[in-house]
Amino acid sequence: MIPFAGWEMPVQYTSITEEHQAVRNACGVFDISHMGQFLVSGKGAEAFLNRALTNDISVLQPGQGQYTLMLNEGGGVIDDLIAYKTSDREFFLVVNASMIDADLAHLKSLLTDDDKEIVQIVNASSLTGGIAVQGPRARDVFKSMMGPSAVFPEKNTVQIAGTEHGIMWLCGTGYTGEEGFELFTPTSRIEYWLRSAISSGCSPCGLGARDTLRLEMGYPLNGNDLSPLRSPLQAGLAFFVEFDKEDFVGKDSLLKQKAAGLPDKLTAFKMTGTCPPPRPHCGVVIGGQTVAEVASGTQSPSLGCGIGMAYLPLEHSAPGTPIEIEIRGRNFPAVTVRKPIYQKPKLA
Amino acid sequence: MNIPDNLRYRDSHEWVDYMNNPATCGISDHAQHELTEIVFVDLPKIGRVVKAGEAVCTVDSVKSANDIYAPVSGEIVAINEDLRNDPGLLNRDPYLQGWIFKIQVSNPSELETLLTPEAYRAHIS
Repeated sequence: MIPFAGWEMPVQYTSITEEHQAVRNACGVFDISHMGQFLVSGKGAEAFLNRALTNDISVLQPGQGQYTLMLNEGGGVIDDLIAYKTSDREFFLVVNASMIDADLAHLKSLLTDDDKEIVQIVNASSLTGGIAVQGPRARDVFKSMMGPSAVFPEKNTVQIAGTEHGIMWLCGTGYTGEEGFELFTPTSRIEYWLRSAISSGCSPCGLGARDTLRLEMGYPLNGNDLSPLRSPLQAGLAFFVEFDKEDFVGKDSLLKQKAAGLPDKLTAFKMTGTCPPPRPHCGVVIGGQTVAEVASGTQSPSLGCGIGMAYLPLEHSAPGTPIEIEIRGRNFPAVTVRKPIYQKPKLA
Repeated sequence: MNIPDNLRYRDSHEWVDYMNNPATCGISDHAQHELTEIVFVDLPKIGRVVKAGEAVCTVDSVKSANDIYAPVSGEIVAINEDLRNDPGLLNRDPYLQGWIFKIQVSNPSELETLLTPEAYRAHIS
């Protein structure tokens, strides 16, 4: 168990590799009760969120969600989150555990006097727990947990769903690169759903596997790969920034950065020989010079080699660039690669 | 948990087979179980002289990098080269094929400071 954003969380239940493989090959369940949930509602909610977040929330139909970012005025990332539209006037946001207070304060600071009449923000984080069920067997697990007639949530959808065991936000999302779903429900029901997932065939998975799974996909982790000093353009998340909508916080800074050219870019890499796993803060060496530090790094259970991401100067960020990673005073060869770092073999 | 009777243990989970000098050292079954899948072993250099309690080498699991300490003072005279290609030996056979280094013990009385199997069992329980 390790402290994580005010929670005591397991790094692993059995072993990171076993849990990782369970998610890639069968199904795993993560307790994500630490994550934060906000309810943003009112007739001004959509316009407000479109100003506060980078993606275009107006394209969502009720029942749909999107990955999006909350920026500071300088265009740096405060948090990455999923925004779900549950009805025309109601939105459900899932944010990082460590950022609940900061996100809430930031959102509230953006409320104008006019907004306060028509936008309500409720922090439901302490009332709400969640689990993520992830893996190729997620649909079978879902039937077993919810009953044979329950409808599996398609990718990036949300529904208020229920069984005799309680109601929930049921979401077709996850952060592992596998098919799956997440459910958020009052904390008192979480133990039931966790046990239900496990008895339906899921391996319980800890923070360790969550990290190796997301890193193999090249998904950023706030605090490691995202920072208030770097923009989503540098983080390779331009897809989730909609410049064509009306103003949003950070837009001017992003446009300036775009015009000036990015100084660096979050770049994935793979170690090319036998070496210790790269870890956060290891130096990235190019041409004998330390040019960056590793943002995220680990041993990839799927690939059997070290992998990571680092903000590399643009001229060194193209896939196939040879680099070195300094681990405990020694340099080991690596090569930059396209994301995702790991791609599942397609079934013939 | 496997804690062989013929070894002494450091509270940081290294074992030493003190029946011969040089003495063979490794990490305990408990340690490998806690570290789980070991993916790399940074072996020490032969000829290095170390003091008891000094960090000698590093073992990487997926989870973390972990220092391994010298249970006794002396000179490193042999290292287990097999661990370079098969670090998983530490998980599968921590007391035999997974030995890490041999140390020419310079001060045999230090062995008295190490934990007996019974004391080590109590330490980890």
